[in-house]
Amino acid sequence: MGAVRVVIVDYGAGNLRSVAKAVAYAGGVPVISQNPHDLWEADAVVMPGVGAAADTMRSLEALGLAQPLRQYILAGRPFLGICMGQQVLFEMSEEGGVHPCLGILKGRVVRLPQGIKVPHMGWNQVHILKSHPALEGIPDGAYFYFVHSYYPQAEEDVVIAEAHYGVDFPAVVARGKLVATQFHPEKSGVLGLRIYENFLRLAADKG
Amino acid sequence: MLAKRIIPCFDVAQGRVVKGVRFLDLRDAGDPVELARLYEAEGADELVFLDIKASPEGRRTAVKMVERIADQIFIPFTVGGGIRSVEDMRIMLESGADKVAINTAAVGDPGLIARGAEKFGSQCIVVAIDAKRVAPGRWEVYIYGGEGGGKATGLDAVEWARQAAELGAGELLVTGMDADGTRQGYDIALTRAIAEAVTIPVIASGGAGYPQHMYEAIAEGKADAVLAASIFHYGHFTVRQVKEYLRERGVPVRL
Repeated sequence: MGAVRVVIVDYGAGNLRSVAKAVAYAGGVPVISQNPHDLWEADAVVMPGVGAAADTMRSLEALGLAQPLRQYILAGRPFLGICMGQQVLFEMSEEGGVHPCLGILKGRVVRLPQGIKVPHMGWNQVHILKSHPALEGIPDGAYFYFVHSYYPQAEEDVVIAEAHYGVDFPAVVARGKLVATQFHPEKSGVLGLRIYENFLRLAADKG
Repeated sequence: MLAKRIIPCFDVAQGRVVKGVRFLDLRDAGDPVELARLYEAEGADELVFLDIKASPEGRRTAVKMVERIADQIFIPFTVGGGIRSVEDMRIMLESGADKVAINTAAVGDPGLIARGAEKFGSQCIVVAIDAKRVAPGRWEVYIYGGEGGGKATGLDAVEWARQAAELGAGELLVTGMDADGTRQGYDIALTRAIAEAVTIPVIASGGAGYPQHMYEAIAEGKADAVLAASIFHYGHFTVRQVKEYLRERGVPVRL
């Protein structure tokens, strides 16, 4: 396979350095961009994310990225969403009031339950529900690094792995070449890098 | 289940690791990146780098070091030492650090915790508390750690911990100064008093000599993570050995 050109969506949500390095480590060519036109030139798109859903959506709208991203993903092109990049795929988020999101997947993003330490921060186990190319070589029950206070309640059959923290929540969702993780694979050691490698292979697969 | 974290800590100055380190097989035992990579491979859950001689002139060197670590290490890491403003935090986070630790500056200006948390999110802000026992069940906060034993503040450590958490700290890094360097175990009573006073994660620090001490800090001290330096750097135990010990005793760890 030739080098996979990976556009990392830069909407001003902080540091993209680790994501770019993880993409390069996995054999891709990272291009950090906030230009909507770059999406169509990409072999794959990665959308990292920290911060709040409303801020993320506002930034994406302001940069003219929300609609192009929606079109890109709905066209079935390879997309990896990370953390907030997973949550904004759903219809709405309850973070700081109810805010509409990209609406690509059915469901809403809600706060982790009361009575546990929030944010959910640290290494937690991921349980595989369905085999999928994105999870190739990942043992069931492997640990990944999470930092989040909200989680999506998916209302369609897209959850391929889940984790437990006060509640069972989607750790990885996938539909075609759309893959999204609640954890940070670029902060999850060798198994996290494996997710990037799997995603790039999936992206390069012309099938 | 959320794993308890094992966090090796490095003292750095001018971008170099300054405490004695065992690794003779490394090309450069003072290189933070080489050491970090080794600990990552051994199973460290996070890393902490404390710039013990942080100065405005040394800023460029520190930033370069953080960038090099971020480029080659794929686990979270925290940078501390000399972070006095939101701008200092921004520089470190944009250079690739996942979290910043603040100590002296937060005592002098508690609002810094709130401003940092608001700007970057609580998960980025670690408040480090150095505490010395002044009476049974009472500890006082010290600042300017590392400089001739530090300076007493008159602040009650548990009260300060509670305040830091309320202001938006994401985690507390609690060092028992009486235990620090003794290798006789963490200050369990201090760790526990703070862990029970707040609802954010507490990292126990200071005094680890054996894996048993880490177990005690977690089981009795209610710590969410344990930090240690010399136990790892001098090769007494590896991160993996500590984790195996903990796992045998029913502590959830990432192995």
